[in-house]
Amino acid sequence: MALKIISTNRAVAEAVKLAKPQVIPVYPITPQTSISEYLAQFVANGELEAEYIRVESEHSAISACVGASAAGARVFTATSSQGLALMHEILFVAAGLRNPIVMANANRSLSAPLNIWNDHQDSIAERDSGWIQVYVESAQEAFDSILISYKVSENKKVLLPSMVCLDGFILTHTVEPVEIVPKDEVNNFLPEYEPEHAILDPEKPMSLGTFTDPNYYMEARHQIEEATQRSKKVIERVNKEFNETFKRKPNRRSHTKIQKGHRKGQQRVQ
Amino acid sequence: MEIGATVKEPGSTRRNKTGSWRIFKPILDKEKCIECDNCILFCPDACISPEYEIDYDYCKGCGICAEECPVKAIKMERER
Repeated sequence: MALKIISTNRAVAEAVKLAKPQVIPVYPITPQTSISEYLAQFVANGELEAEYIRVESEHSAISACVGASAAGARVFTATSSQGLALMHEILFVAAGLRNPIVMANANRSLSAPLNIWNDHQDSIAERDSGWIQVYVESAQEAFDSILISYKVSENKKVLLPSMVCLDGFILTHTVEPVEIVPKDEVNNFLPEYEPEHAILDPEKPMSLGTFTDPNYYMEARHQIEEATQRSKKVIERVNKEFNETFKRKPNRRSHTKIQKGHRKGQQRVQ
Repeated sequence: MEIGATVKEPGSTRRNKTGSWRIFKPILDKEKCIECDNCILFCPDACISPEYEIDYDYCKGCGICAEECPVKAIKMERER
């Protein structure tokens, strides 16, 4: 297991490289920018085989994620603050279509007055969108949570998008030692994404995102709530599996208990 | 209900009979009709057949056919 001294944004990008998403639509925004830069670099270097889409806004970034996920690809995007706010309407679409997208959000305050520093209002404002939110407090947690989030989101009992939230600057730009897990072991832990529920396949045609009456709409949103409740157990199980597979010391990531207060080091599920 | 509210077989639009939305019903007087086909071409829901039969299962009663008829052969009758 390689120990690297890297920033948390770099740790996120390294984890994404190991998760091997096929489509990465990202729009840069402070303090997330270096995540998008590292990923662009990985794709350009051939270290990561993915379609890196240079979108013109965050609204397009998340829209491309929804489309690619519905076509059966594993996808990743990252944003912050105003970018997340611009994604707002598509966040609900992603949850409603049950696309297991994983996104990193560098928590930053919302304007006005314009401010680029850390604040949680951006992700808290999206609390009811149907996304699972994970808050991390170290570079190692950020790294681990990206891989864990893919496994949780793609679990057939969950099938919800996940947002890994890291404090802007305070965490994103802090340099820490991070254990990078071996590639082949990640492949065993996180096999390829194989969607069955919502997939655009000419052999098996189906319509996604159709019109529904209020009774069906309520049913669909209720299913999201049930999946969110089920995700609590899945998160605990996947964390345990991750700790065992990669021989993590429990004190390094001691956040397997969920929403029982705000003790230091705990992971919260919205 | 399917996960993600997906629709896995065709026909849901056909089952949704939008004619129930109608308040005014178009009635065609075939005696007056000059077969210009304006009503067929202008109907936004393709509810008028080449034989000038109106499909009341899906006609929403918008009245465009009556408006476009040059000889006033279509009358909008209040239904409810």
